[in-house]
Amino acid sequence: MAMLEVKDLQVFYGMIQAIKGISFEVNEGEVIALIGANGAGKTTTLQTITGMLSAKAGHVIFEGQDITRIPGHKIVTMGMAHVPEGRRVFANLTVYENLKMGAYTRKDKDEIARNLEMVYKSFPRLEERKNQSAGTLSGGEQQMLAMGRALMSNPRIILMDEPSMGLSPIFVEEIFHIIEEISSKGTTVLLVEQNAKKALSIADRAYVLETGTIALSGDAKDLMSNEQIRKAYLGE
Amino acid sequence: MSFLSYLINGLSLGSVYAIIALGYTMVYGIAKMLNFAHGDVIMIGCYVVFTLMSQYGVHPGISILAAILICTCLGVVIEKIAYKPLRGANSLAVLITAIGVSYFLQNLALLIFGADTKSFTSVVNMPPLHLAGGKLTISAVTIVTVLSCIVIMIALMLFIRKTRAGQAMLAVSEDRDAAQLMGVNVNGTISLTFAIGSGLAAIAGILLCSAYPTLSPYTGAMPGIKAFTAAVFGGIGSIPGAFVGGLVLGIIEILGRAYISSQLSDAIVFAVLILVLLIKPTGLLGKPIQEKV
Repeated sequence: MAMLEVKDLQVFYGMIQAIKGISFEVNEGEVIALIGANGAGKTTTLQTITGMLSAKAGHVIFEGQDITRIPGHKIVTMGMAHVPEGRRVFANLTVYENLKMGAYTRKDKDEIARNLEMVYKSFPRLEERKNQSAGTLSGGEQQMLAMGRALMSNPRIILMDEPSMGLSPIFVEEIFHIIEEISSKGTTVLLVEQNAKKALSIADRAYVLETGTIALSGDAKDLMSNEQIRKAYLGE
Repeated sequence: MSFLSYLINGLSLGSVYAIIALGYTMVYGIAKMLNFAHGDVIMIGCYVVFTLMSQYGVHPGISILAAILICTCLGVVIEKIAYKPLRGANSLAVLITAIGVSYFLQNLALLIFGADTKSFTSVVNMPPLHLAGGKLTISAVTIVTVLSCIVIMIALMLFIRKTRAGQAMLAVSEDRDAAQLMGVNVNGTISLTFAIGSGLAAIAGILLCSAYPTLSPYTGAMPGIKAFTAAVFGGIGSIPGAFVGGLVLGIIEILGRAYISSQLSDAIVFAVLILVLLIKPTGLLGKPIQEKV
């Protein structure tokens, strides 16, 4: 059974249908990339999964439980974290306070402290800047903070929306390296990216979204060598 | 000595404004809306105390608790019925609704309690304090008001810093969607904010009416607007700002009334507001507006 299953999902913005009945699945331990052009519905898909938007039809099933109608704030407690597009760190809170917010739903202080250690280990920069307000960090550092904050909920699956957006090439490398590291520690990753080349290079499988439908799917390696993909998304 | 006495009166009035302004500023910071019905919640609180104390002879302490409880519930209900359906609507629609709720509460009070002005009995029955050989008299209400304001202010700061619900409020005020992703119940947090703000409004109203003992359906309107001014003056969204703004505004109003003109005292208050906003648009303690990258 797949860890996360999206079935015939349909999402509307008012009268406009953004997602036209898509289905896909994510198995435990996988890195799945959702690629596609601007406006294809990638962000909408993630936001619907974590309850920021509501689906008109279809289902989202997480570890066997239908979470389509579960209020957004309860989903994180089930083991699913979402790193939103544009990072959305709490700019006036310090780095440490941001990370603590990530563990908002958790009660065990010792476990939270251990988790914090782990995050600081993965992102030494965050520890260096723990008392700085998040708004003063660079874009790349804010991205790290957003990822660290999501990890503070100790998720089994992490959804990442455009983590490389607007970052310098060095940071892009670093962010993708960290995603691989998160995956290697056993967390399942659903990754939305415009940078299709990088996304496919670390993903196991990928789905290509085009104007609200899934146009193609398959092994990341196969998609990389797919003529159509190379032309449309890899700029070759 | 009269200056000192004016100053103390100003502090007392300012404390009331500060308590009301805290409600305004918290709701603005967290729900991102101006709740213009906030002032009228004050008036409802006063009527509750008045009715219980003067008509049913209930003990002042119990009357106050009842008023706080009723206003807290009223605030939550107003939010549920009037504002929650407009979550995500443009801010003008919410503003107009808030003004509508304000008129609704005023007219509801008119219907239930009548248009005649009631004379409110102070809930503080202690002798005034005589200082400097009887030259300076401070009424007990004044002392209670100032102390209440300080206690409320400190309690609120601790609540936001130290409790989970307070952290949730901070997160929601910064970024509602991100807060939800952290597992914060945004609707619950907004309800809680309205509950606290309205409970404080009840306290402020009772203190105000104990010092200025006339009560009518429009009693809350002017202090409401003044407290809103105080909140903007101190930097809307900032809790210390509401405190400082309220105190300064109260002092300016009383000193203006004493030394310049009693008719112009309101005009002076608003003129100072305009000046502050011209020089520092985010208010005294407001954070500079950050450009989103």
